[in-house]
Amino acid sequence: MKILVLTSLLALPALFAMPAMAADTINAAGATFPAPLYQLWFGEYKMAHSDVRINYQAVGSGAGVRQLIAGTVDFAASDIPLTDEQTKDLKGKTFHFPMTMGAVVLTYNIPQLTGNLKLTPGAIAGMYLGTIKNWDDPAIKTANPGMKLPSKAIEIVHRSDASGTSFVFTDYLAKVSLEWKSKVGAAAAVSWPTGLSGPQNAGVAGLVKQTPYSVGYVELTYAIQNKMAFADVQNAAGKFVTASFKGVSEAAANSKQMPDDFKVSITNAPGAASYPISTFTWILIPGEIKDAAKKKAITGFLEWALTTGQKDAEGLQYAQVPKAVVAKEQKQIALIK
Amino acid sequence: MATSVATAQARSTPKHRFGADEVACGITLLFALAIFAITLLMAIQLWRNSAPTRAKFGFSFLTSSLWNPVTDQFGAAPYIYGTVLTSVLALLIAVPLGVGAAIYLSELAVPKISNALTFLVELLAAVPSVIYGLLAIFTLVPLMRDYLGPAIQKVLGATPLFSGHLYGVGYLTAGMILAIMTLPYIISVSREALMAVPREQREAALALGATKWESTKDAVLPFARLGIIGSIFLALARALGETMAVTMVIGNQPAIHASLFAPGYSIAAVIASEFAEADKLHRSALIELGLVLFVLTMVVNGSAQLMIKLTTKKGSAKA
Repeated sequence: MKILVLTSLLALPALFAMPAMAADTINAAGATFPAPLYQLWFGEYKMAHSDVRINYQAVGSGAGVRQLIAGTVDFAASDIPLTDEQTKDLKGKTFHFPMTMGAVVLTYNIPQLTGNLKLTPGAIAGMYLGTIKNWDDPAIKTANPGMKLPSKAIEIVHRSDASGTSFVFTDYLAKVSLEWKSKVGAAAAVSWPTGLSGPQNAGVAGLVKQTPYSVGYVELTYAIQNKMAFADVQNAAGKFVTASFKGVSEAAANSKQMPDDFKVSITNAPGAASYPISTFTWILIPGEIKDAAKKKAITGFLEWALTTGQKDAEGLQYAQVPKAVVAKEQKQIALIK
Repeated sequence: MATSVATAQARSTPKHRFGADEVACGITLLFALAIFAITLLMAIQLWRNSAPTRAKFGFSFLTSSLWNPVTDQFGAAPYIYGTVLTSVLALLIAVPLGVGAAIYLSELAVPKISNALTFLVELLAAVPSVIYGLLAIFTLVPLMRDYLGPAIQKVLGATPLFSGHLYGVGYLTAGMILAIMTLPYIISVSREALMAVPREQREAALALGATKWESTKDAVLPFARLGIIGSIFLALARALGETMAVTMVIGNQPAIHASLFAPGYSIAAVIASEFAEADKLHRSALIELGLVLFVLTMVVNGSAQLMIKLTTKKGSAKA
């Protein structure tokens, strides 16, 4: 009893202290895409380790990296691996830890269409390049035999804000279309050849819902939660795959050997069951953490999230990181100084 | 008069140097200077942080319409065009409506109706812009695409201004939602200006044999002109800077189209969309866009001052 009173008395000033002042508060910032899962993890981890508090701001991948460069956060989260220039700006070594995986789907609004639309890589690239203009174009028709595709103009919708989702989508298009690669390229924000755009997943979804004969891309999680129709996409093996976390896991498992720095793109992966527009999302940890308490807390959290925490992923429509990759990451955790 | 009494009292007390007047004057001066400092700081920050793009593109930043973050090429023309066009459209719709409503509220309506409507107008001004954006997406966009757009195209479809594909989103839709958003400002400020016109002004006109409308047109409106112009420029400044509602319905396509039905983009919308993820030159380009918007609003306010000065010189009454 006495101890309880004493500890609560000791805790009292902590209540009034600024969160950043407390030694055990770890500040992190970055990607919005995995944020729901991260928030769940941080909450659960705090239940088990009351001394560790992680304060995560979902400000976007690029903004998170910028804060890491400025040194205002202890770690960052990003849907896009660091560029060479960012690595240079970061000075010290920075480790990439793949934490979970997701997919980007093509959602469409074609009134009176029944059945699941199937899209080939050529059709997707053609639509977004503006070379395929109508829904009854042969490139779409041949992949959907028996489907009554209207002779209407395709309304293209994309993200207006720079985002990891756009990066994954354009990275995929650059892999399947040489014309896309040379004309547009892959980035979080590109110069789109055609189409309307809306802010965030919600903006794209809103425009697609409001515009008949439109197509747009959103995260799988968002499409499922909002019960939106999305197209099956033909993968590198020539099979049409419906997006799901299973298809994403397959893409990760079938991708080329995981490099030592974990900077890997798993779009257009081989394998009959791989969903082709899939991605890892990373947590970026400085190679050296000077504060011993923080180092212990961060490495402890990483270890937990990559093992126990992975079970939370599928409930939120994210895919678990393959076991082989986790084993490799555990070795990297030991390298943090 | 009051001040001289106060200073006389201050002189009679031994500590007159720290009298309440001086303290109040000092403190309020500080507040006034803070406004100046904030504006100046804003300008300096925008100027400094946009240095990379200013150095690289110079004036071509304002005229080029190529915006490609991948290849680091930035031109602001589509954004400037979209911002100015939507604001002008908004004013074209909102000014006649707003000034007309203000005349009715202050001159013609019975007090009961006037009070109730004024309350509603003030309520409209307090609605957050994201709500207006949602309203626009769910009602204005389908209305525009399925009814209003086809109806306009039936008559004027041959002119480039109203030709082309109907997306529902675009310049005109953005202009319309901006008109609805700026309407409360025009109405309430214009109404205040009209109410401030002395009763004698109206009575004199009526005594000279003017009808009610003639007295309003020839005696009241010229007197309240400054207030009404002020309300219009306030509305314009608000329309230029509006972000959320515009980005939801303008289509966000960085291109210049002649058709009012075509999708475009605005300065505030692109800053909000891309800033969080922008780096290096891209970031600098967005900050320079902010500088452009800053200058644009300054020009608007400056021309408002100029217009007021020019029209008062003509010799009509001062408000």
